[in-house]
Amino acid sequence: MSTVLYEPPGPRAKARNRITNILVLVVLVGAVAWLINRMYQNGQFEGRLWRQFQYSSIQQQLVEGLLNTLRAAGLAAVLALLFGAVFAAARISDHKWIRTPATLIVELFRAVPLLILMFYFYFGNIQFQLGLSPFWAVVFGLTLYNGSVLAEIFRAGIAAVPKGQREAAYALGLRKNQVVRLVLLPQAISAMLPAIVSQLVVLLKDTALGFIITYAELLYVGKQMGGRLTYGFPYIPTYIVIALIYIGLCSLLSLLARYLEGRSRRRRKVTGAPPPITEAPDAASGLDPGDKI
Amino acid sequence: MFSVLTDNWPLFRDGFWLTIRLFVVSGVLSLVFGTILGAFRVSPVPALRGIGTGYVNVLRNTPLTLVFAFLFFGAAKMQLALPSPFWTGVGALTIYTSAFVCEVVRSGVNTISPGQSEAARAIGMSFNQVLSIVVLPQAFRAIIPPLMSVFIALLKNTTIAAGFSVAEAGSIPAAMSERGENQLLTLLWITIGFLILIVPLIFLQRWAERRTAVA
Repeated sequence: MSTVLYEPPGPRAKARNRITNILVLVVLVGAVAWLINRMYQNGQFEGRLWRQFQYSSIQQQLVEGLLNTLRAAGLAAVLALLFGAVFAAARISDHKWIRTPATLIVELFRAVPLLILMFYFYFGNIQFQLGLSPFWAVVFGLTLYNGSVLAEIFRAGIAAVPKGQREAAYALGLRKNQVVRLVLLPQAISAMLPAIVSQLVVLLKDTALGFIITYAELLYVGKQMGGRLTYGFPYIPTYIVIALIYIGLCSLLSLLARYLEGRSRRRRKVTGAPPPITEAPDAASGLDPGDKI
Repeated sequence: MFSVLTDNWPLFRDGFWLTIRLFVVSGVLSLVFGTILGAFRVSPVPALRGIGTGYVNVLRNTPLTLVFAFLFFGAAKMQLALPSPFWTGVGALTIYTSAFVCEVVRSGVNTISPGQSEAARAIGMSFNQVLSIVVLPQAFRAIIPPLMSVFIALLKNTTIAAGFSVAEAGSIPAAMSERGENQLLTLLWITIGFLILIVPLIFLQRWAERRTAVA
């Protein structure tokens, strides 16, 4: 394999790479062994730390936490997609008085840390007794941030459709609404799908911030489970299980994103559709409405 | 409105100062660690590539809050706890951000067409010359703008440390809540504080994007 850094290796380089490979593997095995030994020395493999996972009430707690995570992520995903659609439409509007505030809002919510956005609802609720549970603080925070990012993705997707499409549609006498709805969006959506799914992975991961504002999602349940004296404070076993759940869920979504990207690329060869957008346009790449991506 | 800020100035000042320190220290460490991992991912040795890929795939699919929780509550159980909450926070941010720096470095190197280094080798340049004269200067251009995005995300992510008893800017609302101060004004000031830190970075990134755009 020839890459930009090295040519296909000759016999000497092959031998050298093989030796390096073995050395690296030895070091890696050594490091893992050290870590496992460290866990063993500190009693992390004792039965009582792991036993709790056999009990159905504990399993039920984990499932409940997972469901809470998925509930917040699911609702926030729907709301964020709506928010994104509305603000993307506003940002490509012909009217400056709609475009400018929409741009400001989208830029603002992308610049402010997500946790601070959640704090507005969380502490605002405490101060004004709004009756919002932490669940809503998580959902609204996620909606504002991810909705703004999605608005940018939608806008970039529409802008990425070749200019001729738009011009041809206008030449046929379609109105702007029709051009966007009938010509640009159908082509843009398949190009945007990978980026949208990737953003949903980010959204799913960020539900874990609910832990900080006492929303009983997966990580919060994990802290409670880890803190149980009866089982010898099984923080490490609990976090290993929780990490596996998160990694599994997010990897599945990431695989979906990659599949969609591949499909979009293949289709592009056939139809000349716009290239897939794989991630959110840079948090800061300040594209004005109408810019070509 | 101003009294909320002026009456509690030491709280705000110390909070944001800690945020900046967290950001700078973990930024530098992630840059070093992430570049090493990025080098792993483009190396000719399969085991090194495997380590790089595995690390990135695991960390990118793990919530940062979980990394924090593991280092703060889990690591102590293996007597691997870092010396202070500050350094534990730096550890969590570095472990997480390195995965993103690694991806930026890898894709930056991959944007250069192999023809560039083939031509360089054809005129007799050594590996070090190819790397330092041909590959890195071009990769650098492709790396800078996305790297800035990673750092902007890092700055925002420092707020998560607030959930783990690190007294940075994100922890100000909880302290102000105890003092019975107006929460919305507190949050407004914190938002303004973050905008003051982030907006220059955003403009710097846009400038770098224009500067490094390939004509």
